[in-house]
Amino acid sequence: MSLSSIVLPDRRAAGWLLVALTSGVLASGSSVALLATSAWLISAAAAQPPVLVLMVAIVAVRAFGIGRGLFRYVQRLAGHDAAYRLLARTRARMTDRLEELAPVGLDLRRGDLLARLLLDVDCVLDLWLRVVLPVVVAAVTATATVALIGALQPVIGVQVGFAVLVACIMVPWLTAATARHAERSIAKGRGEVAARASESLQSAADLVAFGAVDDVICAFADADVRLAAAERRSAWSAGLGNALLVLCVGGATVSGLVVGSRSHLAGPTLAVLVLTPLALLDVLGEIPLAAQIAARVRGSLDRLREVLAAPRPATGPASPHALPRDRSLRVHGLRAGYGDGPDVLQVGDIDVPEGGRVLITGPSGSGKSTLAAVLLRLLDPRAGEVNLGGFDLTQLDSEKVRSAIGLLTQDCYVFDTSIRENLLLACPDASDLQLWNALHRARLGDFVERLPRQLGTMVGEHGARLSGGERQRLAFARLLLARHDVLILDEPTEHLDEETARALLMDLFGAAGSRTVVLLTHRPELVPYPLPQIVRLSRRTQC
Amino acid sequence: MKPLDPRLLRRARAARLFLLASIVLGVASGALVIVQAVLLAHGIAGVVLRGSGVTAVAWGLAAVVAGRALLVWAQEVVAQRAAAAVKSTLRRQVLEHALKLGPVRLSGERSSALTTLLTKGLDDLDPYFARYLPQLVLASTVPAGVIGWMATGDLLAAGTVLVTLPLIPIFMTLIGWAARAHSRHRQHALAILAHHFADVTGGMTTLKLFGRAKAQTAAVQQVTDRYRIASLGTLRLAFLSSLVLDLLASLSVALVAIGVGLRLVDGKLGLETALVVLILAPEAYLPLRQLGMQFHASADGVAASEEALRVLETAVPNWGDRRDVPDLRCTALSLYDVTVTYPGRDAPALNGFDLELRPGEIVALTGPSGSGKSTVLAAILGLVAIESGGVVAGGSGAAEFEPRVWRRQFAWVPQHPSLRDGSVAANVRLGRPDASDDEVLTSLDAAGARELSPAQRVGERGALLSGGQRRRVALARALITDAAVLLLDEPTAGLDCETEAEVIAGLRGAGRTVLLVAHRPAWIAAADRVVELGRSANEYRELSVS
Repeated sequence: MSLSSIVLPDRRAAGWLLVALTSGVLASGSSVALLATSAWLISAAAAQPPVLVLMVAIVAVRAFGIGRGLFRYVQRLAGHDAAYRLLARTRARMTDRLEELAPVGLDLRRGDLLARLLLDVDCVLDLWLRVVLPVVVAAVTATATVALIGALQPVIGVQVGFAVLVACIMVPWLTAATARHAERSIAKGRGEVAARASESLQSAADLVAFGAVDDVICAFADADVRLAAAERRSAWSAGLGNALLVLCVGGATVSGLVVGSRSHLAGPTLAVLVLTPLALLDVLGEIPLAAQIAARVRGSLDRLREVLAAPRPATGPASPHALPRDRSLRVHGLRAGYGDGPDVLQVGDIDVPEGGRVLITGPSGSGKSTLAAVLLRLLDPRAGEVNLGGFDLTQLDSEKVRSAIGLLTQDCYVFDTSIRENLLLACPDASDLQLWNALHRARLGDFVERLPRQLGTMVGEHGARLSGGERQRLAFARLLLARHDVLILDEPTEHLDEETARALLMDLFGAAGSRTVVLLTHRPELVPYPLPQIVRLSRRTQC
Repeated sequence: MKPLDPRLLRRARAARLFLLASIVLGVASGALVIVQAVLLAHGIAGVVLRGSGVTAVAWGLAAVVAGRALLVWAQEVVAQRAAAAVKSTLRRQVLEHALKLGPVRLSGERSSALTTLLTKGLDDLDPYFARYLPQLVLASTVPAGVIGWMATGDLLAAGTVLVTLPLIPIFMTLIGWAARAHSRHRQHALAILAHHFADVTGGMTTLKLFGRAKAQTAAVQQVTDRYRIASLGTLRLAFLSSLVLDLLASLSVALVAIGVGLRLVDGKLGLETALVVLILAPEAYLPLRQLGMQFHASADGVAASEEALRVLETAVPNWGDRRDVPDLRCTALSLYDVTVTYPGRDAPALNGFDLELRPGEIVALTGPSGSGKSTVLAAILGLVAIESGGVVAGGSGAAEFEPRVWRRQFAWVPQHPSLRDGSVAANVRLGRPDASDDEVLTSLDAAGARELSPAQRVGERGALLSGGQRRRVALARALITDAAVLLLDEPTAGLDCETEAEVIAGLRGAGRTVLLVAHRPAWIAAADRVVELGRSANEYRELSVS
């Protein structure tokens, strides 16, 4: 997927953009024409001609007065419609892309990365509404005005044209350069302030309990002082673009007056030539702001491009085999790693018969989670293979593999919605009876029954209203609903206290029934009873 | 939206100074606008009527143009500096107040939302200061000056402007209402939308595992589309009012021009005056029209500052200021009938709980998860709001004391301790900042964390350590304090039995009072008493262990 495919308009949005553009040019054009015809009207009236001579100008002045408002209205509506259409599409495409990358290609657990990405996607709105549209409208209107003035008096036309060129090229350049400079000197300060703020807010309980709030506030104040100082320093270069714009337009007016006074023009023509450039200040006025926003948008687009260019961690075959009936698993000479990094997983042979129970253990860093990622087709192996029912996993459709093999991890994501919705995710057409059944098998049923809103209880952001054990049991109930034949349990009890951990493991094995269970853990002592098959992984070598 | 929130002016001195500077600069630019119009009209009329030269006028105009450019620049510099100062003041006040509100209120506020407010949110104040406020000053100074000047030349034109101009503030108010509603609606919709998108992307792996990720693409597009339709509805209204405003301004200019033209034809007016009126008429409306536009650009910043002020005006929990906290080394601590309900939960997490903790005792709290064990510890520390009942020491309720002085009696190991990026030693010293290197080592030792070197980095939120290691650093952080009472939430999970026994022996030897949440038999055996909390926390019973 290329960047252009996610930010460029499709046909529908392009139509609306064109409408916005045309009405924008007409609105700005009316604004210039209003001043030009008024100037002509007044200086022609000074010669005291019959009123009839002035009628056309009078009607034109009124028409331009009305036209400006109406066209501007259309421009705004059409522009917003187009931009929001684009945003919907960009968001959807990014979701697609994240689906391809998750979880190995992009660390989605990092909150700041996610937040950043969210803002970057929203830059599409600014790109069209606040950069492209205003700049194109201003450029087209200014060019037309210059052509009109040039037709009346070429020298003044050249002068105004020069002023417009400076305004369209020098002003944005200067604005962007100063904005970039400011951004560079401020970015570090902003990052520091954000890091300190989030750190102190997240560890607020510990800090309050230990009376360390003052230190934290001092540290935050230091970072804050540095940021404010950087912002104050960069203020000196702000507004240079706007000032240059005033100089350009004012200069064109003055030189128009000087040249016009010497070229024996009729009074009305002279008034038009001298006063029309004044209207350009209004038209070109949006350019400095657009340049400033453009600098920010460019940064966002660069980051989106990076996400789009990241390689897919797992690729599917062009024509996948049908999923075999047999659910026996066989791992053979497997090696895997991330990106260009070293191998983090090396494992010889593991045979798991249908319905088998395997414990795979090893210290952290021995590649247990990597093995889970390979088994679930979230990551391609570098060498060796995993067979499901005699077929190489990489030759099967990844989604089908994941319908047969399920995963429970230490930090299963719980969505900020009701218990019911969280469960239905695994099996959208399940009845409430089935949901209760799964909850009871995960030993969460009694708890949910006691809640006043039962299945309708909202679990909070990241399941914050549940305890760690309850969250894992909810995730397990969800896993049971999905009817996988093979369950991979990757450190399912990591964040739990020992008693809860033992009880959960006991229940996991009990509820798994005839399913195959592969338990990956670095704390085998928590396993309630001996398992028939134990594989030990060590860092980068198999024992 | 109020044009200028007086609370903001009260909170930030920089905002007051800025307003003053803006008024000076605004009056100066208004004067230059009038001088420019007069000079231009004089120059054109001179050429047309008298064929006179324009050299002097041109130099004068050049000076005026240079002056206007200088004022534009100065305005922006002043605005940016003021914005920087105001943002800095608000950031610090908000963080300080938020921490004072305490962790419970924070979780209600969603700490991530507050972080966003402190960074991106307040940065939206830049356009408010750089564009909206200066424009507000211009809008209230320039039209008055322009009308006044026009009145000296052509009373009728000045009258036209004077009649139509007040209509603009009326429509401004209407726009204000529409824009306020629009901005609120947009903020709300945006927040929901962003939250949905964040929830989808954050849970992407889970969605993928259940084969539901592809369906989300459509959902994301749908939600955004729904937002587009809703938001265009409100935009149509907001834009309609600015359409009326635009029409009013440009029609008035047209009316003035035509009126002046007709009076010229009748010979009632000179060309020079007519030109001044023509040039000045749009200038009377321009600041007000631009104000309408800046209004939208600054709405986000104003919403952010309102949010900041809302946080600042949230009352902090009621604590007293007594500093004579009884020494818990020789005074018993008791909880009687304590009930705690978390915000958003119907059932209390702890219901009518009683406990007496005598000096030097080791008391273990047991019970299934969710029975309120951790809440007992939080209630003692005053980290949660107690609904009824109280925590009492030496006949006085905890709430009578200054919270910091009260908390100094305790050291806490939470279930999920937060570590700060830095060394292990720096994290341990949170307990006692002036601890020597030896003391840090000793406490790490006592916490069974011999394998950790004090210089080792813990990473952001302790990411470089395992869960067990994090907990041991937190235990060392508690042990190094000289607090009378230790509140330990599963202190030794992940330790082997031998180390655990050493930790327990160490605590016993030190003779400290300990209240701990425990499951492990070693702790239960070592405790003087075991208090078991029921699942519903309604009933609990005390078991005496001989």
